[in-house]
Amino acid sequence: MEALRRPSTIAFFVLLAIAAVMPLALGQAKFPQWLEVALGGLLTGVLYSLVAIGLVLIFKASGVFNFAQGSMVLFAALTLVRLAEKMPLALAIVVTLLVMIALAWAIERWVLRPLVNQDGIVLFMATLGIAYFLDGFGQAVWGSDIYTLHVGMPKEPKIILESVFDGGVLVDMEDFVAAIIAAVLVAALTLFFQKTSTGRALRAVADDHQAAQSIGIPLNRIWVIVWSVAGLVALVAGIVWGSKLGVQFSLSQVALKALPVVILGGFTSIPGAIVGGLLIGLGEKLSEVYLGPFFGGGIEAWFAYVLALVFLLFRPEGLFGEKIIDRV
Amino acid sequence: MNLRELEPGTADRELGATILAVEGVSLAFGGVKALTDVSFEVREGEIRAIIGPNGAGKSSMLNVINGVYRPHAGKISFRGETRTHMDPRHSAKLGIARTFQSLALFKGMSVLDNILAGRSLMMKSNLLLQALRLGPALREEIEHRKRVEEIIDFLEIPHVRKTPVGRLPYGLQKRVDLGRALAAEPRVLLLDEPMAGMNMEEKQDMSRFILDVNEEFGTTIVLIEHDMGVVMDLSDRVVVLDYGRKIADGTPEEVRASQAVIDAYLGVKH
Repeated sequence: MEALRRPSTIAFFVLLAIAAVMPLALGQAKFPQWLEVALGGLLTGVLYSLVAIGLVLIFKASGVFNFAQGSMVLFAALTLVRLAEKMPLALAIVVTLLVMIALAWAIERWVLRPLVNQDGIVLFMATLGIAYFLDGFGQAVWGSDIYTLHVGMPKEPKIILESVFDGGVLVDMEDFVAAIIAAVLVAALTLFFQKTSTGRALRAVADDHQAAQSIGIPLNRIWVIVWSVAGLVALVAGIVWGSKLGVQFSLSQVALKALPVVILGGFTSIPGAIVGGLLIGLGEKLSEVYLGPFFGGGIEAWFAYVLALVFLLFRPEGLFGEKIIDRV
Repeated sequence: MNLRELEPGTADRELGATILAVEGVSLAFGGVKALTDVSFEVREGEIRAIIGPNGAGKSSMLNVINGVYRPHAGKISFRGETRTHMDPRHSAKLGIARTFQSLALFKGMSVLDNILAGRSLMMKSNLLLQALRLGPALREEIEHRKRVEEIIDFLEIPHVRKTPVGRLPYGLQKRVDLGRALAAEPRVLLLDEPMAGMNMEEKQDMSRFILDVNEEFGTTIVLIEHDMGVVMDLSDRVVVLDYGRKIADGTPEEVRASQAVIDAYLGVKH
């Protein structure tokens, strides 16, 4: 991880660490309480990462910023919750996955294939269209009520470290399970991308369509694969978010939080999406609780975007992104 | 830099049978005729150059051969199989590899991964086995890596094998482009201006690589080049295009003597 050794990266993390422990140093907070807030923030950050990973996957493999990732999360969650009413949950998950693969195939066939070799911005506009279509189509088919999704996630918060601190630290078990799921997903995706020839082909397609074709990489099949994987990630995010917040239209808006996450972490880096999510989750919770009182609250709503703005100014490739070198 | 003369016995070689032929190929973009009724053939084992002034249709010709463009008329025969058009994946499967005029490398990937990607079509084993590095997949990976390391050594770029290609100087990127094409172990190699933008030394290196590929692996080479000196030194036979038409075809000496070629390059008084 060469990016980690860059002085600006180190400076950023040092500043961040100082800012994070500030409330402790100033005596504003006691350690167990601070730890509780920090953990809560990190775990929420994992949920942001889940959506961000989907964005990064498609960006890596097709150079497209997929505006529809949030809509895919909503669509997957809606499909799953309505199917689960009619069949066992496990079966519903499998069927939903098949639906997402069919969706990937349809997107490749009718949206991407006619746009081969077009600029990134053209493909981005196409994903805007996909987003609106999916939002409308999903709700037309499955209904637009708020549905509750029960997948057996533990709902009860748990108190840990009771023996260490007085009163212990409260942890949301649902977020904790989500974090484990995310970790497994990331491990699997990393293996897939770095160690398989299909993964290599995906990265190749991301860099240059024409060259990839000339060495015999089947562009169409690669796109179906990558959108299917993004569909799988959307389904996982949909399950986790849906079970936490209920399946409703606002799920498609979680993608808006994933945008600052990928700006922070770098558009091309899966570890970046994780770290970015964690940093933003942690940052917004800590600043809400400890800075909020001075500003009248509401920091959580804009913290991520301001941080992203700072990154766009000083480090547009993000923490882990490939440094952008354009030869003219 | 007359490389042919340095290596005796290569100047007048016996040419093999026809491996690739285009017949009456025409291609137009809207009203612009890029190619008009072009025919020529490439013999097995030769270095065949396509030259011509800017806009003569040279790159279009390569794009027709490997299937990026569909010609409006004409036929392409490769290894005895005749068709009206190719497609890039199919031509790669048949054994046609190419490089690009403006670099089209996988910039974010290392030199090693770029060249490994060139072997995409030969990767057979199962995805899951690859991910877990099990049994046959591991053996296959090792075998591919071995071949790729040979290519890296051959192109004299072992010191940068782990470097992301986007960070390499231009001349080395051109070599990686060649390496990726070689990795597919092609029967025919299409080189689109392999020496464009290079200095004298880089051109000499590249010429040497091209000759070595041709001689050591017996790869047939179709080459577009602007540098006349290079073309005359390297190629066995030359096709000259002008405004999308073939105006000459023959050995470098014949082409150099052709009045049509001289007119195309220097202009004619009207």
